[in-house]
Amino acid sequence: MQPESLSFVLVGHVDHGKSTLIGRLLHDTNSLPDGKMEEIQEAARAEGRELEFGYIVDHLREERERGVTIDTAQTFFSSDTRDYVIIDAPGHKQFIKNMITGASQAEAAVLICSAAEGVQEQTRRHAYVIHMLGLDQVLVLYNKMDMVDYSEERFREVRRELREFLARLGIRPTLEVPISASRGDNVATRSLNMPWYDGPTALTALDKFRKIPPATEKALRFPVQDVYHVDGVELTAGRVESGILRKGQTLRFMPGGRALAVKEIRQYLSEGLPQAEAGECVGLALDGDAPRRGRVGCPADDAPQPTRRFQATIFWLSPLPFEPDRGELTFKCATQEEPCRIAALRRRIDSGTLESLDAEDGRLMETEVGEVLLETDEPVVLESFYDVQELGRFVLLRGHDVVAGGIVTHTAGDAAPAHHETIS
Amino acid sequence: MDHLTELENKSIYIIRESYNQFDKIAALWSVGKDSTTLIWLCMKAFFGQVPFPVVYIDTSFHFQEMYDFRDYCVDRWDLDLIVARNDQALAAGMGPENKLECCTALKTQALKDCIAQYGFEALLLGIRRDEHGIRAKERYFSPRDQKFQWDYENQPPELWDQYSARADEETHIRVHPLLHWREVDIWRYIQREGLEVVPLYFAADGMRYRSLGCQSCCAPVASEAATVDEIIAEIETSSIAERAGRAQDKEDAYTMQKLRALGYM
Repeated sequence: MQPESLSFVLVGHVDHGKSTLIGRLLHDTNSLPDGKMEEIQEAARAEGRELEFGYIVDHLREERERGVTIDTAQTFFSSDTRDYVIIDAPGHKQFIKNMITGASQAEAAVLICSAAEGVQEQTRRHAYVIHMLGLDQVLVLYNKMDMVDYSEERFREVRRELREFLARLGIRPTLEVPISASRGDNVATRSLNMPWYDGPTALTALDKFRKIPPATEKALRFPVQDVYHVDGVELTAGRVESGILRKGQTLRFMPGGRALAVKEIRQYLSEGLPQAEAGECVGLALDGDAPRRGRVGCPADDAPQPTRRFQATIFWLSPLPFEPDRGELTFKCATQEEPCRIAALRRRIDSGTLESLDAEDGRLMETEVGEVLLETDEPVVLESFYDVQELGRFVLLRGHDVVAGGIVTHTAGDAAPAHHETIS
Repeated sequence: MDHLTELENKSIYIIRESYNQFDKIAALWSVGKDSTTLIWLCMKAFFGQVPFPVVYIDTSFHFQEMYDFRDYCVDRWDLDLIVARNDQALAAGMGPENKLECCTALKTQALKDCIAQYGFEALLLGIRRDEHGIRAKERYFSPRDQKFQWDYENQPPELWDQYSARADEETHIRVHPLLHWREVDIWRYIQREGLEVVPLYFAADGMRYRSLGCQSCCAPVASEAATVDEIIAEIETSSIAERAGRAQDKEDAYTMQKLRALGYM
């Protein structure tokens, strides 16, 4: 029997205890290989440092020297109920693209905040990213409770501050737990130092995260990935991004709208499948010439209107700012790829404070967020991120480099954004 | 969708993306369980054929069972095999006495020469994040510069299955379709798919190999696991690291990192 596996991203300000928490979780759930703890103790001794749990995840020499996490790393551990993948995201502002890379692969988020230091710039920025990526399961851990004498008053104070900020983003934490990762309080075992707290431990709280089911309930979207010729048959390969694809069904490939019937759904060694669900990679034999990569197969009676102008929120990831006069970008969404430009920068936001910035000159700097009007050369098939995530999220490239990640907030260029899409 | 099917679909998507984006692509195949799983996933991605070469880096120090298994699979799956071997270094007497030098000459240099000879833009590799700390940092599409180096401090962002294609200054992209698999997933998948593996993985006389490479640098671990089922049961309960028998991880804490900075897999 395969146990369930859930991935979560661990975020928070630098030095608020992410690495220490991972080390603690691995240690307390017996997920470390034999000899690992000794090896780490040895390495710490050799470098003349005191053993810290954070060492367990500091695998890279550079990280040991600087004592900060620089890239997304993944670690595995198991609770009594399931397996976990921890996506460890760096807490420095300069590594925000790594943090977003990590968060985009997660099903839930754990936001760690030092009770001693309180809410900091990256606490807010990471919360913003979680919100933007649509991660609606968020566990907040108030760490370093040992440094504030396990004070309930201090816990409530920091919690109030963070709750206020999260509420502005529309995030309601799934659970909130006061912990000390270095001492182990309320991580895997209940703390005797905080008798005023009667909620779950961090580990029990994690077990309350839900698995996110594939988008089978949504409308069918099948972006063409490639075309193969196998034994004289032309196979249109792709992944069902949402909905369910059925044999015999007629698909309309958008843009263009060519209607083709699905004669056969294939996987290797499984020809003649009756259907394929969201998340499955298949090849289709169609009753006509295969559509090219980037076309999106949709049900004939439920095909979206392709668009060239749409509203989006983008997070600028490049150290080189966006400048309107060198504005040629490439838009990539599922397998679609089109030259595009930012036709209007409607709002420019500091992701660390949520304050609006001066958008007059149309520039966007690294870590800044823009509410924009995007314009592609040819029409593309999109969905609002809030309807079908798989066709509502995209990246922007400048040359070969990914310079921004974004979500579609409205598939029409001129509609007013709904209120939940902007920050109050 | 169950866990293994989810892993499989993600890998197939990545394999198809890489084949779409690069004309000159090959898979690196050590005949170990991971890269053999990778080749099988390629077979599935392309409906029963691997439409690009598979590269076997031959140090000449591998176990005979590995060569036998390689030839058996090539025949069975009709693979286009390229053997990359640094004959010059071998003729000059290179051997496993100095591990860092030996790995660099017989693996890394052999691979560099092979890439240069065939002009590969991308290579598929069967590495996994849970194998080794440094591999936990990898991206699915990972660029290598002209000196073969991996700039892990400044990796491109990777969001929502949008993988960065080749940039001008890079010699090639390493593609890692199995990055999200764990050791136990590989074995469960081998069991589910009925895949064959090199017999050295199975216990004989109370020992088995958990990770394969050169005969000189691989030590077996104590084990009674003589079937795939028994191996899965062993991994589920064991807390011995998978690569515990691999010498290049042991030399000093940074050997693997040094090797990788020099272009090692």
